[in-house]
Amino acid sequence: MIKRLVLAVLFFLIPGVASSSGGGDVNLDSPTIDLSDRSSLQRGARTFVNYCLACHGASLMRYERMAKDLGISDELLRENLMFATDKPGELMVASMPSEGAKQWFGVVPPDLSVTARYRRPDWIYTYLRSFYVDELSPTGWNNVLFPNVAMPNVLYEWQGYQKANFFDGSGDFEKFEQLIDGKLTDQQFDAEIGDLTNFMVYLAEPAKLVRYQIGLWVTIFMVLFSIFAYFLKKEYWRDVR
Amino acid sequence: MSSFFRWVDDRFPASKVWREHFGEYYAPKNFNFFYYFGGILTVMLVIQIVTGIILTMHYKPDVALAFASVEYIMRDVPAGWFVRYLHSVGASMIFIALYIHMFRGLMYGSHRSPRELIWLLGMLLYVAMMAEAFFGYLLPWGNMSYWGAQVIVSLFGAIPFVGEGLAEWIRGDYVISDATLNRFFAFHVILLPLLLALLIYLHIIALHKVGSNNPDGIEIKKQKNEDGQPLDGVPFHPYYTVKDTFGVGIFLTIYLAIVFFIPEFGGWFLEKDNFAPADILQTPPDIVPLWYLTPYYSILRAVTFTWLPGGAKLWGVIAMGAAIVIFFFLPWLDRSRVRSIRYRGWMYKTMLTLFVVTFVMLGYLGTKNPGHIDLIWFKNVTWAQIGLIVYFSFFLLMPIYTRLDKTKPEPDRLT
Repeated sequence: MIKRLVLAVLFFLIPGVASSSGGGDVNLDSPTIDLSDRSSLQRGARTFVNYCLACHGASLMRYERMAKDLGISDELLRENLMFATDKPGELMVASMPSEGAKQWFGVVPPDLSVTARYRRPDWIYTYLRSFYVDELSPTGWNNVLFPNVAMPNVLYEWQGYQKANFFDGSGDFEKFEQLIDGKLTDQQFDAEIGDLTNFMVYLAEPAKLVRYQIGLWVTIFMVLFSIFAYFLKKEYWRDVR
Repeated sequence: MSSFFRWVDDRFPASKVWREHFGEYYAPKNFNFFYYFGGILTVMLVIQIVTGIILTMHYKPDVALAFASVEYIMRDVPAGWFVRYLHSVGASMIFIALYIHMFRGLMYGSHRSPRELIWLLGMLLYVAMMAEAFFGYLLPWGNMSYWGAQVIVSLFGAIPFVGEGLAEWIRGDYVISDATLNRFFAFHVILLPLLLALLIYLHIIALHKVGSNNPDGIEIKKQKNEDGQPLDGVPFHPYYTVKDTFGVGIFLTIYLAIVFFIPEFGGWFLEKDNFAPADILQTPPDIVPLWYLTPYYSILRAVTFTWLPGGAKLWGVIAMGAAIVIFFFLPWLDRSRVRSIRYRGWMYKTMLTLFVVTFVMLGYLGTKNPGHIDLIWFKNVTWAQIGLIVYFSFFLLMPIYTRLDKTKPEPDRLT
């Protein structure tokens, strides 16, 4: 009986949730992902902490680790990048309480720690540049890539206001039209979002900063080991047959 | 040291075990590429156990903590990411080696008399390995972990009368939950590793009783020198220990390169949907198991005939089970006069090639939506149905075509 109930609940909930995260017919743009570009990562971190971290957590990551990896001094970290706590060893949780978030937005904003591995960088880069003004939406904002998303355009000061045009017949997305200019030009805005995406790729897997370098040495060692093993084998097998 | 060793040896058969299994275990001298994978599998199992023990020290089998504890390993545990990738990539690498190892058996007739027991124990190992991988896949508590387990466990529900109760008993709940996670953790870290260790021991003991087969498929024990040692055999140590060191070296080079450079392997070894925590309200668009289980998943989904008594799902489950079980009967289905593919006729060669192509195709289709067209001409489900027929034909027609097949005469000595 209980199983039937659970299944019935699932049955009604799944289609609604599934369709809300769709948006498959929008072309994705690719940002430049370069984890060796430390200043890009630092700019991305600044944007992330100032704009994203208010509502979203990155609760699997520690401030201290981020500062160390990105070459940010303790002073700079405390003054510019830590608002929710004064302990660098703390996890990067959202400033907004999740209870409140549920009331204000209807959903708790998802944790962003591994989002770049789940959504992929192209998706994040396109999503953050795809907000448009929509009077029918509760927040006044909508998104072409993620229709009816609860999140408003947090970076409207930078981007300005744009509206989206859709084709008459199919209702497919056609293009954006700038209504009011923001503080940044299109190129500057794209670059900022590129840096933010770059940072989120780092955030999703900090080990990425070191694993290629270590991997190179390990591979070289293993190749040398195998060559050595080959000649050892050859030496031993010389007298067979 | 030597007096100490003698003291031990008088009380424990140390030198006897060494002689029987290494120093004086004679293996055919003509092992080729395909014979590396037994040793590779042993090494990989040790790596999985060692990395698994380290992961167990930091992992938390609790639905509220599991996902975050894996990320804790990836970030806060020193070299934790390395250990985790070794383990997750290692699982896929084991299956690559295992499939080549099994294919080797099919090629050179390693399942034939007197090696039937080795084959049966090997098949049990294969099934146990699939179970081990399946239980382990739930532990990261990602969304694909969750829904994959949900789908697979619900298959037991298709069994008439007892099915629903059985599925509930396996889960310990009405859905995959904390109870399920805890018991899968127990199965993954102790039950199946113990079983695997026991089966590997039996597999090797059985092998060393009858001796290794070889690419020619003939018995080296038939031609012995005056000392009673096979003319075409070489002692396992040092000849094969040194040769396997080379083979293992190459395999580890590839394995470690994947660990460091492409641990997700384009979504084949780590799926992107598993980087979102398990969510009962959010089903991934396509629920697929990892690649090594997808041939069977394809067979399950290929049975779409709703007119079958008991429903298509029941028969899909039966077909999937049969696809695995039928492997066990191979030693008795094969009626050829010779063992090795080198001396078999065109029929077995054709059927084996078809089987391998089909197995790979079914594996690929298992990761795709059955309604789409990813190959040519037909929908994926139609190709899977064709694959299902070829798959079972390979086994069920085997007694006929292996007997009809024209074989070449086997040589007396290794070539």
